[in-house]
Amino acid sequence: MYPKEFEYASPTSLGEAVALLKKMGPDAKVLAGGQSLVPLMKFRLASPKYLLDINGISNLEYIKENGKFISVGALTRHHSLERSELVKQKLGLFSETASWIGDPQVRNNGTIGGSLVHSDPAGDWGSAIIASRALLKIQSARRERIVDSDHFFKDTFTSAVAPNEILTEIRVPVPPDGGRSAGAYEKLERKAGDFATVGVGVQLTLSRNRKTFEQAGIGLTSLGPTNLRGKKAEKALVGKNVSLETIEEAGTAVSEEVKPTDDVLRGSAEYKRAMARVFLKRALTRAARKAGASGV
Amino acid sequence: MAVSAIFGAKVNRREDPRLISGTGTYASDVALANMAYAAFLRSPHAHAKIKRIDAEKAKKLPGVVTVLTGKDIGSKLNPVPCAWPVTGADVKIPKYYPIAVDRVRYVGDPVAVVVATSPYEAADALDAIVVEYDPLPAVILQEEAMKKGAPLLYEEVPNNIALHWKIGGGNVSDAFSNAEVTIKERFVNQRLQPTAIETRGATAQYDPSTGMLTMWVTTQNPHVHRLLLTLMTGIPEQKLRIISKDVGGGFGSKIPCYGPEAVVALLAKETGVPIKWVEDRHENYVATIHGRDHVQYVELAGKKDGTITGLRVKVYSNLGAWLSTAAPGVPTILFGLILPGAYKIPNVECEVYGMVTNTTGIDAYRGAGRPEATYIIERLVDIFAHKIGMDPAEVRLKNFIPKDKFPYNTATGLAYDSGNYEGALFKALGMVSYDNLRRELQMLRSEGKLVGVGISSYVEVCGLGPSSVVRSTGFALGLWESAIVRVHPSGKVSVFTGGHPHGQGEETTFAQITASELGVLIDDVEVIHGDTDRIPFGMGTYGSRTTPVAGGSIVIACRRIKDKGKKIAAHLLEAREEDVQFDSGKFFVTGVPGVSKTLAEVAWASYGAGSNEIPSGMEPGLESTAFYDPPSFVFPFGTHVCQVEIDKESGQVKIKRYVAVDDCGKQVNPMIVEGQVHGGIAQGIAQALWEEAVYDEHGNLLTGTLSEYAVPTAVELPKYETTSTETPSPHHPLGLKGVGETGTIASTPAVVNAVCDALSPYGVENIDMPLRSDKIWRILKEKGISK
Repeated sequence: MYPKEFEYASPTSLGEAVALLKKMGPDAKVLAGGQSLVPLMKFRLASPKYLLDINGISNLEYIKENGKFISVGALTRHHSLERSELVKQKLGLFSETASWIGDPQVRNNGTIGGSLVHSDPAGDWGSAIIASRALLKIQSARRERIVDSDHFFKDTFTSAVAPNEILTEIRVPVPPDGGRSAGAYEKLERKAGDFATVGVGVQLTLSRNRKTFEQAGIGLTSLGPTNLRGKKAEKALVGKNVSLETIEEAGTAVSEEVKPTDDVLRGSAEYKRAMARVFLKRALTRAARKAGASGV
Repeated sequence: MAVSAIFGAKVNRREDPRLISGTGTYASDVALANMAYAAFLRSPHAHAKIKRIDAEKAKKLPGVVTVLTGKDIGSKLNPVPCAWPVTGADVKIPKYYPIAVDRVRYVGDPVAVVVATSPYEAADALDAIVVEYDPLPAVILQEEAMKKGAPLLYEEVPNNIALHWKIGGGNVSDAFSNAEVTIKERFVNQRLQPTAIETRGATAQYDPSTGMLTMWVTTQNPHVHRLLLTLMTGIPEQKLRIISKDVGGGFGSKIPCYGPEAVVALLAKETGVPIKWVEDRHENYVATIHGRDHVQYVELAGKKDGTITGLRVKVYSNLGAWLSTAAPGVPTILFGLILPGAYKIPNVECEVYGMVTNTTGIDAYRGAGRPEATYIIERLVDIFAHKIGMDPAEVRLKNFIPKDKFPYNTATGLAYDSGNYEGALFKALGMVSYDNLRRELQMLRSEGKLVGVGISSYVEVCGLGPSSVVRSTGFALGLWESAIVRVHPSGKVSVFTGGHPHGQGEETTFAQITASELGVLIDDVEVIHGDTDRIPFGMGTYGSRTTPVAGGSIVIACRRIKDKGKKIAAHLLEAREEDVQFDSGKFFVTGVPGVSKTLAEVAWASYGAGSNEIPSGMEPGLESTAFYDPPSFVFPFGTHVCQVEIDKESGQVKIKRYVAVDDCGKQVNPMIVEGQVHGGIAQGIAQALWEEAVYDEHGNLLTGTLSEYAVPTAVELPKYETTSTETPSPHHPLGLKGVGETGTIASTPAVVNAVCDALSPYGVENIDMPLRSDKIWRILKEKGISK
């Protein structure tokens, strides 16, 4: 459990950080909360030549409302998102998701940005950004660019963030009109702090009369090579009546679109497929109720 | 607190402030000047010949002090000893060397050791060693291992069968041919990883001026460890000092002595610098012993009225790649003798085969043999009850050994000391309002809920143990325990115990016993353990033995001190010895309580030793050494009741209620008893629902880190409702029985019985542990309960 030798740099500004990244090239790794990277280095599964610790950059840790978005700095700890009143009020999906991550130590140290860039398909945040249609702000020495959540995850452990770039901000659209929008995260895990056997994040907006699903976002954890968007399930909801039948149809749709793999310890692909349906239904029912629906 | 009330009081654990404030001293806290770090290169193959090891590049790396292979060590170290060649069994103990010489036998088998000036450099050097292996076919499962043509681990162990043992009493074949009802099952008691939070580790320092080697080790038994290290290293016992201050959990995994510890001792002697080695968690999971791993073929014979008449058990036990210190005793003596449990079963037969396989060695894990036995009988009672349409509580009551039949001799040759099994069962049933609960569950079932209740009534054999009996089973040593009680001139007291508490709270309970016996304040008693140069030779802590056995030795030492004190007091008070009484720290003349001497006054006189202070001819000082060899084992017992609900959609098991009634005789400190019960129940529930060591077919441990091996947290575990009954052991000086393992023994079958009860309306008779949600879901799906 001792990593290989590496060079360590601790820039204090984003400009300095991306300049250093450019210089270091692809052998560098950005250290945020260290909850995945440090164990990988200790197991020597990752042996970066350079470690760029961005924790000294003071203006990457924030949660603030900017008009249509709630902007979350990439260095924001899971714990801050779990406890933020603003997040609880307007982005229930995010406070719920944070509460399911790891254990208190992980939540105190780990960051939303680090977790997203790590792109573990078992990561919980991926489903939250997919369900909420978040935008990701990415910075290199040359430019700043915005990627949407549908194009952020490239493959298992591979995100859209290039080696010379740093994810700086997660911009989450503020859901329409407080009362009729709600989100929920449901997770099946063997024990508290375990990686998800399956996880489902949903972000809903109901019609003003609460009778139909106006918008639906669904993100899926541990159900494919990356976090997935439940497109067919979303389609089964939008414009349809808020009813148990509709939710059942979304459940059926999701079990057809997920791509789980067999796992000796957490369950077969068949089990995960069935649980995607069960946990999506639970998340939808709970979110719909929170958004004021009756009859579900 | 009044001195007279200290025994039986809920005194806070005096060890806790240092442990919860991070000021304890564990193996990895030891830091010495010029210390170097050892690291072991371990085999990635489950079974292979070592063709070539090239360590030249590693040796040249910065900071590397030395690299040694099994060949380099040669005859400098003896094979890892096995201390329990069970009498009457066919035991074959293969030669297993601390570092593999020409063949590796499990993933994790050490092939070389590196010493470097930092742990980082040591890890770099491991990466630089080139080993060429010639892989051999591996065998993982014990039933495969004994088949003809299976890969052979050792020439000296034909068919990989390292252990064969039989025991029985009564006439089992008659019982079965006359039976009205028979049950036949195959149970799997899965392999578990002990998961002490402190991994193993050792630091050794050699002093060439005295030839003394001091070793800081995390161990449950410092003197036994020293003896085993002497056997491996040849360093004589008087030149070897073992210090083990705080131990972060053992659960049996720190009873054995392991090869790497001998290697560390050798390296310290050869290099002249202190050597430190500490496992990381993965290394701990592959290289520290595992527990359990039985495949059990079991049969029960009975009558339709619920009487159990016979029990027949055949077990295939996995021993792993080497025979660890106590390995042969666990699936035999510690398992077979207690098979009848709390029941008067006249005919019992048990046969055990133990196989070596290409997996981590298996030895004692909390409960050690007794959970495996209790699981069999408690599961069978439920299946039997279901088959004859009787309530499982009724079947238990019908077959219990009645409370007026103690001491009771079992068909397997044990003499149970005392018991009131129906008392504990009734108390537990009362707590859950059993009849109402059954009706309530029936109602919930009619609403479509999957709910069940499970009972487990256990008896444990512990307080290991009477030396003549233990020796007759083939164990290498007796299992008495030792104590020195030293009253200082000021009247303050030091207690040196051969036991080695590491979480069980005996620093507190032994102080309570001493304070109570000698009538001193608990704060005036210091309890010392874990250093072979300070304490008398002792056997250590395991087998729920420390409070009854080591506690027994302290009581005897205290009583001897009081006897001597009476003589001195009589001399001081100019009274006859037989007229002097002792109570609450004072010696006084019978009928004249005002004429007295305190223990401190007597102690002062004993050290002064003038003619007006102690009788002529008496040795000075006030100190006693006692060796307590228990006349018999002790047999705690109890009943646990577990209520569960299964999530129909996901298969998750939720424990709704957990009630435990345990009887460990007199209790020195009920709060500590409760703590032991809580921890035990948690580990037992963990086996029932989550924990399992999983190997792939190549012998890779798939549960090699805490991300994979599912140790539950407080979130998953229920609130425990615990209480006790009190049936003292008649042969123990204080009426004590052990309680360290009871929770682990009782809880596992209680949970499985509850889950099987919930599914019994659907014709489910048995599910093998762990009862993971995906496994339950598959059953629900097959039965058409879940989609």
